[in-house]
Amino acid sequence: MDSLIKKPRLATVWLGGCSGCHMSFLDLDERLIDLHQMAELCASPLTDYKDFPEVDVTLVEGAVANEEHLEHIRHIRKHTKLLISFGDCAVTGNVTALRNMFGVEEVLDRAYRETSTQVIGIPRGNHAVPKLLDRVRPVHEVVKVDYFLQGCPPSADKIYSFLMDLLAGRQPKVEERRFG
Amino acid sequence: MSVKTLTIDGKMVTGIAGETIFNVAWNSGVRIPRLCHVGGVSDVGACRLCLVEIEGQKKLMASCMTNVEEGMVVRTNTERLQSHRRLILELLFAERNHICAVCVMNGQCELQDMAEELGMDHVRMRYLFPKLEVDTSHERFGLDHNRCILCTRCVRVCDEVEGAHTWDLKGRGVNSLIIADLGEPWGQSDTCTSCGKCVQVCPTGALFSKGRTVGEMRKDRRFLKYIVTAREKHQWIR
Repeated sequence: MDSLIKKPRLATVWLGGCSGCHMSFLDLDERLIDLHQMAELCASPLTDYKDFPEVDVTLVEGAVANEEHLEHIRHIRKHTKLLISFGDCAVTGNVTALRNMFGVEEVLDRAYRETSTQVIGIPRGNHAVPKLLDRVRPVHEVVKVDYFLQGCPPSADKIYSFLMDLLAGRQPKVEERRFG
Repeated sequence: MSVKTLTIDGKMVTGIAGETIFNVAWNSGVRIPRLCHVGGVSDVGACRLCLVEIEGQKKLMASCMTNVEEGMVVRTNTERLQSHRRLILELLFAERNHICAVCVMNGQCELQDMAEELGMDHVRMRYLFPKLEVDTSHERFGLDHNRCILCTRCVRVCDEVEGAHTWDLKGRGVNSLIIADLGEPWGQSDTCTSCGKCVQVCPTGALFSKGRTVGEMRKDRRFLKYIVTAREKHQWIR
C-alpha cells in the first residue's frame, strides 16, 4: 500500500557554492534511507535530469552568481511549492559574494590574466561559460524564499530535523540559527 | 545612597540612584541584549540593541544610558523591541563584510551569537559590500575594518583602562572608521603600548592576534574585572 501513497517530491540544486552543503546533506548517512521513505528525491546534482520537474520542496545551495543561476532559480521557483535557502551562500552570499567588493572586470582579470601562466582570453559569457552577474546575490534577493537554513555548511542533524518537520507538515523549528 | 524601586518586565527590582536600567536589569537576572556595553568601561549607547520601553514615554531609550527612577515601569522584550533589534542587527550585517565562515572569530563572535539569540535568519536589505582595508602593520595584532561594528569598546578600554587613547573614530555614519592616533597605520602609532586590551574586548573579529586563522581567535576579558576591582576596591585579586 505504501508505494501507492504519494510521497512529497524533493529536489536539491547547486548554484554558486562549493557543494559543501550537499556534502553535509550526504552526511545524513543511514538517515538518507529514512528520508527516502518520507520523500522522493526527484532532481539534484546527484541525479541525472534534463528539465527541472514539478516538486514540493527544493533546497537551494549557493548564491546567484551568473546568468545561468538567475535563469535556473527563476524557473525552479515556478515549479516548486516551497523554496529553502540552504546554507550561508544561499542565505547571505557568503564566500561566493566576496567578489562583490571588486568589480566583475577586476575579478575576471585576476583569474584569467594576472594569475594565469597562459592567457587564452577572458570568458564573457557564451554557450559553455555563463556570464557573471555584476553582483553576487543571496537567493531571496532574486526570488521569494520560504525558509532559511543557516550554516557553512548546515550540520547533517540540522538538515535532518528541518526536513523531517517540513515533510511531516509541521512548522520546522530550527533550534540553532547560526551563520558560519 | 538613595534606593529606587521600579518594575522591569513585571518584576519589582531595586537599584541605586545613578545606576542604569541596564545594570539593574542584569543584576536581577533580566538579560537585555547588548554589543557595545562591556563591564569595566563607561557606556556610550552606540549599538542601540539595549533599547527598552518605559511607560509614559514615547521614545525608546537605550537602557545603558538611562538611569533608574522611582516607580519606573520598564519593558525589555516586547514584540516591537524584538523587531527593532532584529532590524539593527540586519543593518550591522549589511553595512560591512561579516562573512562568518572565513573569520578568525567564527564560533566565538558576539555578533554571530546575537544573530542566533535574536532569531535573525536572513538580512532583508541589500548588503553594501564596502571595500575596506585590513591593517596588519602592528607587530602582534591586526585590525580588519570589514568586521567592525563601531561599538567603540576598543576606544574606551584604551582610553579609560590603559590610559593611552590610541584609538578613536573618524568620519560619520556609515563611513566611520576606527583609527589609530591621527589615522596612521597601527604599527606606526606613537601612543600604542601594545597591551592588547582592545583586542580582548572587541566583540567581533575586527581586532585579532596575528597568526590566528578561521575560528581560532579566543578573547579573554578577565583582565578587565581584575583591573576594575583593583581600582575600585584596591584589591589585587583574580
